[in-house]
Amino acid sequence: MNLAQEFSQPEVQLGGIAPELLLVGVALIILVVDASFGRGDNRWYLAGLSALGLAGAAALAIMTWGDNELQLSNMIAADGLAAFSKVSLAAFGLLTVLLGRDYLARDKIEESEFYALVLFAVAGMMLMTAAADLIVMFLALETFSVSLYVLVAFRRASLASHESAMKYFLLGAFSSAFFLLGIALTYGAIGSTNLYGGADPVAEPGIANFITGTPTDDLSLLIVATGFLVIGLGFKIAAVPFHMWTPDAYQGAPSPITGFMAAGTKFAAFAALLRLFDASLFPLRSEWRPLLIVLAVATMIAGSVLAIVQEDLKRLLAYSSIAHAGFVLTGVIAANDRGVSGALFYLATYGVAVLGAFAVISLVAGRDEERVLLADHRGLFYEHPLLTTALTLFLLSLAGVPVTSGFVGKLVVFGAAVEAGYTWVVVVGVLTSAIAAFFYLKVMATMFLQERDPDAPALPVGRLASGVVAVAAVATIGFGLAWSPLINAAESATIFFQSPQEQSAPIPPGG
Amino acid sequence: MPVSYFLVLSALLFSIGVYGVLARQNAVLVLLSIELMLNAVNINLVAFSALLGQTGVPGQVFALFVIAVAAAEVGIGLAIVILIFRNRQSVDVEEMSLMKW
Repeated sequence: MNLAQEFSQPEVQLGGIAPELLLVGVALIILVVDASFGRGDNRWYLAGLSALGLAGAAALAIMTWGDNELQLSNMIAADGLAAFSKVSLAAFGLLTVLLGRDYLARDKIEESEFYALVLFAVAGMMLMTAAADLIVMFLALETFSVSLYVLVAFRRASLASHESAMKYFLLGAFSSAFFLLGIALTYGAIGSTNLYGGADPVAEPGIANFITGTPTDDLSLLIVATGFLVIGLGFKIAAVPFHMWTPDAYQGAPSPITGFMAAGTKFAAFAALLRLFDASLFPLRSEWRPLLIVLAVATMIAGSVLAIVQEDLKRLLAYSSIAHAGFVLTGVIAANDRGVSGALFYLATYGVAVLGAFAVISLVAGRDEERVLLADHRGLFYEHPLLTTALTLFLLSLAGVPVTSGFVGKLVVFGAAVEAGYTWVVVVGVLTSAIAAFFYLKVMATMFLQERDPDAPALPVGRLASGVVAVAAVATIGFGLAWSPLINAAESATIFFQSPQEQSAPIPPGG
Repeated sequence: MPVSYFLVLSALLFSIGVYGVLARQNAVLVLLSIELMLNAVNINLVAFSALLGQTGVPGQVFALFVIAVAAAEVGIGLAIVILIFRNRQSVDVEEMSLMKW
């Protein structure tokens, strides 16, 4: 054998997955550091390392801003959608880690695995938003799902936490199987699992260039496959009727993780949904739109109505997160530029608000989360005016009241749907927002108008957790008053799109 | 051999898996049913891969990915089952009703 013989090196560009690589690396370092030195009681450096890693990942993602290409043999899209999503997900991860540090220290369950798993989950979510191939999308989905199954069970002493993890795991794995079936059928239909395909549709087929080059009557298998992909992603975004796991998983999970799931999982799954439907499957929109409209309407109505009767605040916010999935779906249905940027803006601001809300809940809940019922928040204002004001702000944002970021988000996605001609869906959305406002107001009335329970123990408020609440509150009101920077960023977060061998098709110019 | 034979087999196995997930009460059997669904998809992938011939290698690679992911999922799933069994001496999914509605 001639060892000096050279081989032609494949082109490897790692820019598109640099944030994920960094996060996985830092997570492994955290595990090793803890195994080697982690004997003291105060292991602040674990949270510090994770925060540094997440900040570095955000910086790497910002560096890819403006890229618009496919990397690693068309497997990874380095585009605006991916960059915007990665920065947002890194921010969610950062808030979760800081909040989690206080939470774990209070409940005395601090372990390095928590931080490592959060980083793995963020890396998986980031990869999901950048996936330009269904195989990568599936692996990313499993990466963050498997991490989250463990994180949900992290309250070792709590039976509810175990039960949540079991339900989340069984239904999550069940939905993954459907998603996988959708991928296999797509593979059978087009001979590839790529979302875009290469320049030559015969040699390198992909969903996008297959649809544009094929007579419609050959698309039936792809349409069936699309249905299964909707089921798989519908579970992750918690759309009705695939929402059954959401309340249980949200209720039993540690509050920081509940917030992280609401913010991050939803963001990652919606980014994949946007890329799949508003870019690759865009020419088939007459086929998938009715399906998504049914999902969106059912999700908005069921989420808002079922939330009214909840007594547990975490469960109430779980149903509210279901309703929010419906609102974001209207942006996906619109399938125009405003819909995509509006959905991204909505998801980013919703994520911050919901993380802030769960931060307050985790503080009020006290040790082992014993006080999470609505009744436990009676008269909270008279004891903790600042925390209560912040929670009120987050709830107002979730309800979509003006001056908060939630209002701007709803305005943009609903505006996009009207632009696309789906006014009646928007009417349903506005009506269900009004229903939803009722239970947010119910929580506020409980906090402001009722007497504090004299037996309620004093709340130790950690510095990091209050910092998280403050940051989330400032962001919520800041993006409600001065929304243009974030909207502009979301508008420049276009989805990579190529129209192969087609001179006409100005199908979505930006996304 | 027509590829439809394999697709029918795969569809049958997948449906049996779905039925198992919905009807079984023991968490371990639910887990087994989910494995059955994943392996049904594998048959699908390999059949399509064989159909495509030379260009069908990604399908087989994907089947290997699925096997690896399924193993990871079972690892987590059994860990959760053990966690629950230690606390309740039962892994009946019907009894997991601390939280409802």
